[in-house]
Amino acid sequence: MTVKSTARARKKAAPSVPDTLRATGEDAQPELVQLLTPEGERVEHPDYPLTTTPEELLALYRDLVLVRRFDGEATALQRQGELGLWASLLGQEAAQVGSGRAMRPGDYAFPTYREHGVAWCRDVDPLNLLGMFRGVNHGGWDPNEKNFHLYTIVIGAQALHATGYAMGISKDGADDAVIAYFGDGASSQGDVNEAFTFASVYNAPVVFFCQNNQWAISEPTTNQTKIPLYRRASGFGFPGVRVDGNDVLACLAVTRWALDHARSGNGPVLIEAFTYRMGAHTTSDDPTRYRHAEETEAWKAKDPITRLRALLEKEGLADEAFFAAVDAESEQLGLRVREGVRGMPDPDPTLIFDHVYSEPHALVDEERAEYVEYAASFETGETH
Amino acid sequence: MAGQLSIAKALNGALRKSLENDPKTVLMGEDIGKLGGVFRITDGLQKDFGEDRVIDTPLAESGIMGTAIGLALRGYRPVVEIQFDGFVYPAFDQIVSQLAKMHARALGHVKLPVTVRIPYAGGIGAVEHHSESHEAYFAHTAGLRVVTPASAHDAHWMLRQSIESDDPVIFLEPKRRYWDKGEVGDAADLGLHDARIVRPGTDATLLAYGPMVKVCLEAAKAAEEDGRRLEVVDLRSLSPVDFATLEESVKRTGRAVVVHEAPVFLGMGAELAARLTEKCFYHLEAPVLRVGGYHAPYPPSRVEEAFLPDLDRVLDAVDRALAY
Repeated sequence: MTVKSTARARKKAAPSVPDTLRATGEDAQPELVQLLTPEGERVEHPDYPLTTTPEELLALYRDLVLVRRFDGEATALQRQGELGLWASLLGQEAAQVGSGRAMRPGDYAFPTYREHGVAWCRDVDPLNLLGMFRGVNHGGWDPNEKNFHLYTIVIGAQALHATGYAMGISKDGADDAVIAYFGDGASSQGDVNEAFTFASVYNAPVVFFCQNNQWAISEPTTNQTKIPLYRRASGFGFPGVRVDGNDVLACLAVTRWALDHARSGNGPVLIEAFTYRMGAHTTSDDPTRYRHAEETEAWKAKDPITRLRALLEKEGLADEAFFAAVDAESEQLGLRVREGVRGMPDPDPTLIFDHVYSEPHALVDEERAEYVEYAASFETGETH
Repeated sequence: MAGQLSIAKALNGALRKSLENDPKTVLMGEDIGKLGGVFRITDGLQKDFGEDRVIDTPLAESGIMGTAIGLALRGYRPVVEIQFDGFVYPAFDQIVSQLAKMHARALGHVKLPVTVRIPYAGGIGAVEHHSESHEAYFAHTAGLRVVTPASAHDAHWMLRQSIESDDPVIFLEPKRRYWDKGEVGDAADLGLHDARIVRPGTDATLLAYGPMVKVCLEAAKAAEEDGRRLEVVDLRSLSPVDFATLEESVKRTGRAVVVHEAPVFLGMGAELAARLTEKCFYHLEAPVLRVGGYHAPYPPSRVEEAFLPDLDRVLDAVDRALAY
């Protein structure tokens, strides 16, 4: 026998809410900033003007294609057993490339574990990202080399780090800005909401870039929020904007505006990039258990790369030779990634004891010595 | 319940029974509904018991724990799933400062029958925060009961007993053993906090729990080929610890080796060694030895084997204990 609750059936008719108490804009349709339609039509938005040279458009196209190729290669490498896990960004290329290319060299990105496209824009070697998914390190790159922080797995924690970093920029009187990346799921975390509070109160130059890819593993965004996420910002006292996350031009223009807004001393901005996780949460996940194929199909028609290619073709900005060259380059990238991962050696186990502390620590030193002696006993055939 | 069940299925059955038996039992967690949890422990339960009893929560561990406490105050019996060990820390304040202490603060006027299920420990080749053994933090906190099963039978019955308990229980599930199969008996044969001698022996006692019980059983089997008879005790409960069973065993064998994945420094083994030394001093032929993780973050998966106690490291410690 199963006992189903009837709590939902018992829902009472509620007294109406006075207009003065309604959440601001509760009934208004969310606006979506778009500069490039899914059909590849260039449209203007009064608040986010964007002028681009043909070269810039071609460069963005190249970024999108190469990032997708890298991601696909990583998924394949996981299937081949070369990586333990992979979190694919498929479908989110425009949100990441658009925002990533909006950053200046001195700006700083705090990623989740899916920001491979942002890493690309920050010129982080793709192989660096794969070490962690192969299991040879927990990240390992120098975050300050490219102003791209380590991936953060615990959901939302990096929003506070980004805010603190931005507070430091303010104290230094610098005009850099920070982007905190997170997802729709993370918007429920205390850390993210506390980051909103700190950033707002201290007027920190941080842009909260939320990729709403509609799914937190199996949970739809409706499990996290009853209002469009970008409207959360108003309650914290800073602007929020929803952008078409599959439109690289809109993501570029809006993020550029937001970074300038932040670096000019106006405080944080929340950008909700409305996009879609085309693949599984990670290679360990099976989305057929919880979402319909039709939904994924519908989003396919909004593909970020197809629409930019359509624009390039329509405007006559690129010829077959260009597309062929990008394809050839992406083959090269795939090859480099494949060979790089397969050639990545397992670390020496004494790595366990390296860098636990920056200064010597007696216990770690003792345990390292014990381990080395123990491991050596196998080579000499002695048990102790 | 004849037949072999995986630990995962045994847990699923325990949750199902608990939902059937008590309409106040509710499950809460991330992805536990349609998906059935990332390890499928709650598979099919939302379909059968509804979204109000098997609740897909927002992605916020502190929120999950805090609201579970509120539901318990309202008379519900929440069973919380934390998706992975390393994700429990955002809920740590709610567990340690609130859940553990509320009964005492209210001088017994309120009860907090909350069960917190956490897949823990390593060995599955995962990325960071997915392999942690944090039992000592919880066992160190008064007000929490802490248990961890090592077999399908115990997984089923200990989870049911945990849910029935009127106290908060941290229920640690050894995730790398989820697919190990075993017989699940028709009734609990032990209390929730009893230890179990899973292999009798005479020469030394191996004390283990959760994922390390299997390693110790394998070590004991290997030692037998060398003519050594090792006793293996599965602690099952880490707070309280069934010291009577442990002391009886160690007094008989005269030697004890504690094995856990968690770092040795200030881990469960430290408490066990201290207590056994105190209680069994004149019976001990050797100091109580400990085998466990190092004072270092859980390493990347390609070197986790060097961090995890294995048969060799257990037998190495047994050799050292027997050499005294």
